[in-house]
Amino acid sequence: MSSPKLTNPVARWIDHRLPVFTFLHHEMHEYPTPKNLNYWWNFGSLAGITLVIMIVTGIILSMHYTAHVDHAFQSVERIMRDVNYGWLIRYIHANGASFFFIVVYIHIFRGLYYGSYKAPRELLWMLGVVILLLMMATAFMGYVLPWGQMSFWGATVITNLFSAIPLVGESIVTLLWGGFSVDNPTLNRFFSLHYLLPFVIVGVVVLHIVALHRFGSNNPLGIDVRGDQDTVSFHPYYTVKDMFGLSVFLTIMAAVVFFLPNSMGHPDNYIPANPMVTPAHIVPEWYFLPFYAILRAVPDKLLGVLAMFAAIAVLFVLPWLDRSPVRSATFRPIYKIMFWVFLLDCVALTYLGAKPAEGIYVVLSRLCTVYYFAHFIILLPALSVFETPRSLPRSIGKSVLGGGNGIPAPAPAAAREKP
Amino acid sequence: MSDINDQPTRRDFIHVASVSAAALGAACVAWPLIDQMNPAADTLALSTTEFDVSGVQEGMSVSVVWRGKPVFVRHRTKAEIEEAAAVELSDLPDPQTDADRTPRPEILVLLGVCTHLGCVPLGQKATDPKGEWGGWFCPCHGSHYDTSGRIRKGPAPTNLVIPPYKYISDDVIKIG
Repeated sequence: MSSPKLTNPVARWIDHRLPVFTFLHHEMHEYPTPKNLNYWWNFGSLAGITLVIMIVTGIILSMHYTAHVDHAFQSVERIMRDVNYGWLIRYIHANGASFFFIVVYIHIFRGLYYGSYKAPRELLWMLGVVILLLMMATAFMGYVLPWGQMSFWGATVITNLFSAIPLVGESIVTLLWGGFSVDNPTLNRFFSLHYLLPFVIVGVVVLHIVALHRFGSNNPLGIDVRGDQDTVSFHPYYTVKDMFGLSVFLTIMAAVVFFLPNSMGHPDNYIPANPMVTPAHIVPEWYFLPFYAILRAVPDKLLGVLAMFAAIAVLFVLPWLDRSPVRSATFRPIYKIMFWVFLLDCVALTYLGAKPAEGIYVVLSRLCTVYYFAHFIILLPALSVFETPRSLPRSIGKSVLGGGNGIPAPAPAAAREKP
Repeated sequence: MSDINDQPTRRDFIHVASVSAAALGAACVAWPLIDQMNPAADTLALSTTEFDVSGVQEGMSVSVVWRGKPVFVRHRTKAEIEEAAAVELSDLPDPQTDADRTPRPEILVLLGVCTHLGCVPLGQKATDPKGEWGGWFCPCHGSHYDTSGRIRKGPAPTNLVIPPYKYISDDVIKIG
């Protein structure tokens, strides 16, 4: 670990006793990063910055919000109409949730395409899945807070998922509600947890980054860094690239916040919650739709709930389902096709989750659900045995500077494991 | 290794006893922290509702609030009662006779909460869709209930729940 050349005597005095400058220099300045990262690698830092935006706007909103069934809806409308720039801060927070999921889903699919979940980055990947789960819980509880019709009925349907658990299901639902239906105690505890969980996410993000910096970023070739010639220092090369990506991202986000602020929301949530009337067509926020489609595709209540949770749980074991020694899809001709089919399957599930559960939509949801699980449980393990990858470049440096081909293709996993 | 090292010692016993005592203490402390989430005393105190069913005309349905949830009170027509009584039990996913579900055939009292994921089924208003069996239809995930509130088609696992209630006079029911 090299130390930064500190000229300021105060900084030197501090760094000698508390090496924060050395730490930052090591992890954010000289940190060696593969020189061939493409723009899909921007989405990790984008996710981190979005988390900060959400926490800052959220803390401000909580200064004006009232977590009570009689006042919640009105207090949100007051933020929109009376609080100085309240409309701006709330629209950034509400759309920020959607953008957070857009960024994180791209980040996940980048990991799937380039095999970033494979050894030695399994724990890094699993921590990412934990962050996704925490984000889902946080987003769900945040959506309940404005106490509109979709808030109320979304909360009712999602908490009722737990009633599918045999024997203790009903008791668990009562415990979650603090009553006999979604009501004031529910709103209060959701507010409390919605405030807490983002900071838990920050904690897991720190672990995610610690695990990342152990072996460094994966890269589009999916081959290991072999030395200094394959890397550049994080600063200024990737700080600048991340800043450029951030400005593009913020431009798009600002366009939505200012010109289409309700495009990703649902108009029914501007009707105050009414426990006596369910809206005719209730749908969750778009980022939950694939999982909602899986829930509805299964005709049995308990199995449907289990399938929905399994759709995320399967990601935890992905590093052990895909046994292929080659990371990047660039060198896996069949996996590359499978990746795009899988992406299409997820898009289809998103579409189907928004449609009413009847007729052709049910049939298609079932087919897409079966394919979703088959991709992970049947196709990926089988592919690791049968697929012959293309030959890998010798090194990242050679590939970037030209003339790098020549390593013979690694044998399929099955052949490789024979002594 | 000598035999004496494999034998449990007094020190092992002290370790196990200390950890057990600490675990038991932690569990005792955890319980209040969990149980505080259960319904509070004032929430429990609001758990009965009285309602006069004589105001409900034949063919009419009324929703009553009980514990923050709707209770459906339907004054069924003759045709609806006959339809509910005529069903073969073998046709029902959750078999129950109509007589078991209501002491007075013309007044049916149900918890208006779909047993799938808790939406309020449609069928209370004259203009609502009532499903393929003329009872209630849940728009969230497409469950159909018959004129006795029994599940006939869709993802809901059981019949609409009958809340605990009794007639405290000829026409007044006390729910809860």
